[in-house]
Amino acid sequence: MKSKGVKIAILSGKGGTGKTLVSVNLASIAEKSVYIDCDVEEPNGHLFFKPENVREKTISVKTPVISESLCNGCRKCVDFCKFNALAFIKNKPYVFEEVCHSCGGCMLLCPEKAIGEQEKPIGKVQEGVSGNVSVHTGIMNTGEASGIPIIKSLLNESILDKEIPVFVDCPPGSACIVMESIKDADYCILVAEPTVFGVHNLNMVYDLVRLFNKPHGVVLNKCLDGENPVETFCTENSIPILGRIPFDNELGSLNSDAKIAARESNRFRALFASLLETVMKEVRHETTVNPQR
Amino acid sequence: MKQLLILSGKGGTGKTTIASAFIKLSSTKIYADCDVDAPNLHLIMAQNIDPKRTDYFGMPKAEIDADKCIECGLCKENCRFDAISDENGFMVDPYACEGCGVCEAVCPANAVSLKPAVAGELMLYADDNNVFSTAQLKMGSGTSGKLVTEVKKQMKTVASPDTKLAIIDGSPGIGCPVIASLSGVDMVLIVAEPSISGISDMERIIKTSETFRTKIGVCINKHDTNPANTEKIEEFCKEKGLPFTGRIPFDPEAVKAINNGQTIVDVDCPSGAAVKEVFSSTMKLLFKESDCAEA
Amino acid sequence: MKIAIPVDEQNLESSVCPSFGRAPYFLFYNTDTKESYYLDNSAVASQGGAGIRAAQVVADHGVKALLTPRCGENAEEVLRKSEVQIYKSIPGTVQQNIDAFAAEQLILLSDFHPGFHGHEK
Repeated sequence: MKSKGVKIAILSGKGGTGKTLVSVNLASIAEKSVYIDCDVEEPNGHLFFKPENVREKTISVKTPVISESLCNGCRKCVDFCKFNALAFIKNKPYVFEEVCHSCGGCMLLCPEKAIGEQEKPIGKVQEGVSGNVSVHTGIMNTGEASGIPIIKSLLNESILDKEIPVFVDCPPGSACIVMESIKDADYCILVAEPTVFGVHNLNMVYDLVRLFNKPHGVVLNKCLDGENPVETFCTENSIPILGRIPFDNELGSLNSDAKIAARESNRFRALFASLLETVMKEVRHETTVNPQR
Repeated sequence: MKQLLILSGKGGTGKTTIASAFIKLSSTKIYADCDVDAPNLHLIMAQNIDPKRTDYFGMPKAEIDADKCIECGLCKENCRFDAISDENGFMVDPYACEGCGVCEAVCPANAVSLKPAVAGELMLYADDNNVFSTAQLKMGSGTSGKLVTEVKKQMKTVASPDTKLAIIDGSPGIGCPVIASLSGVDMVLIVAEPSISGISDMERIIKTSETFRTKIGVCINKHDTNPANTEKIEEFCKEKGLPFTGRIPFDPEAVKAINNGQTIVDVDCPSGAAVKEVFSSTMKLLFKESDCAEA
Repeated sequence: MKIAIPVDEQNLESSVCPSFGRAPYFLFYNTDTKESYYLDNSAVASQGGAGIRAAQVVADHGVKALLTPRCGENAEEVLRKSEVQIYKSIPGTVQQNIDAFAAEQLILLSDFHPGFHGHEK
């Protein structure tokens, strides 16, 4: 069992279910915590925290640079590239950075060592403080195709030195960016909304956390009276339900104005405190019973 | 055939709810769901039909032949994607592998080869009347713009040549699948949500869409959840010269309808009434003969 | 001179393919000798950069003009630098386009769309 802080990933198959609501409020309730926003395409957590003393770091990927003088026109690089990022024009290779995947293959294969690399910025990571929370945000530049290098950088930071919990706000869905975000998580909270879409998409992300052997539990958000298809799904699959957040106009309103409910209202402070306690109990139980590698 | 794409930037704003309503209102027979990561449109539009399924092959994945492997470690050393582990002999993690071919190229023992890998499934619901094209990306796969392109191609190939309108339900975000869905469409309708997060996300998707020089229209869903922000969004549209095609109130009846597999225009409800106005404004904009697209 | 046209089928009555990068075949036609041959488009299977690869193939075959309804920015760059002129094809068959080109009725394509980024990750 690690003596470092636990890393809790919050995800959902569908967007708009409440990942940010849950992760921002849980991070706020904890005595001291770290909040990491891995939804680099549409980061929202920082809008709630409004962090101060923000330091920024540019994230870049490497793209090839070809030295015309050293190049002998053998075309090996162009023929190798699986992503069509190199074209051979008038006996010279030419780089198309936007489809380059930075695999480094062309550079490795060039017999004349004519290919070097340069940095291409794709986004940034911001780090700041909001009260008891250390806020880390990843932001991908518009027009870029993949935010994975930004997520890798966010999760690499040595923030687990102390015994404080880390809350990772994941992108929606279950594609590779989500996988990257939950890689080192100790526990996954799946947020679901009580609709037919909600169940369908919860199913996908449920498959994902099981594939990665991540202990997990579900938080039901926007609960109304009446049948909740997600609750039925959880019961049928013996998935622990960590808590239920009711559909509530005041909560919706606060959230809509990017206010942290747990900081604004006693009612919600109590709700999220109770949720955090349940989550931590589950996490401790799960990681003791099923220790991660 | 005019193609209308519905995007939002932020997830959960109501793209699929609105797309399904539009499909019913326009009586168009041709539609697609380009949210290949988490497709939902079929839950409303095609519950009882069996689709034609086609395997979708993504990037090939590297495989290491343990018999040939001499465990020199060159593959792992040169893999930029941390896709090779040596804990149990050298093995490739198919979820991390990007199919770049570097490991295959550097292996001195010919132990590595790239093999085709199924990354998802294309689905086509087609009968005498309707053509509904969608796909499901396999979990953990690269967010593949190519699969989105295949979904649109499948729709266009099967659609009859005198189709007037095709409606495409898009995906959240601004990355690869969104960019792929934007190409070649005649208009983008952005569904905005009046929250701070929603506004921030809306601005990013507008910026992304603008590079494609298609017509852009904006509508607001759940507008009454925050009238101040709704006004902010309308002001923003005015300033940027973006046509505003209407607003829809938050409506618990909508949730009920969707949960019952119906669109909001199949039942009598406030959001259903409002979406009709949005539909009519959007169609006017889409079919307006103007020199569109030029920035 | 040699020209190229993206086509849906391997005959002169075929329609011109609406996509350049992902056309199933290319027709290479010699306007002087009237000889022609078809090639499968290897770019079709590409995850991304299909336009770049298709343009590469066209340039590699010594083509002086490409007739296509649309073309991406990346493909345009490869073609322009390789000194291949890009003409806007007209609706109709391949033969009709060949005839229109010979009669100098086609205009140069001036509108190029941004990349599709149709690739994984």
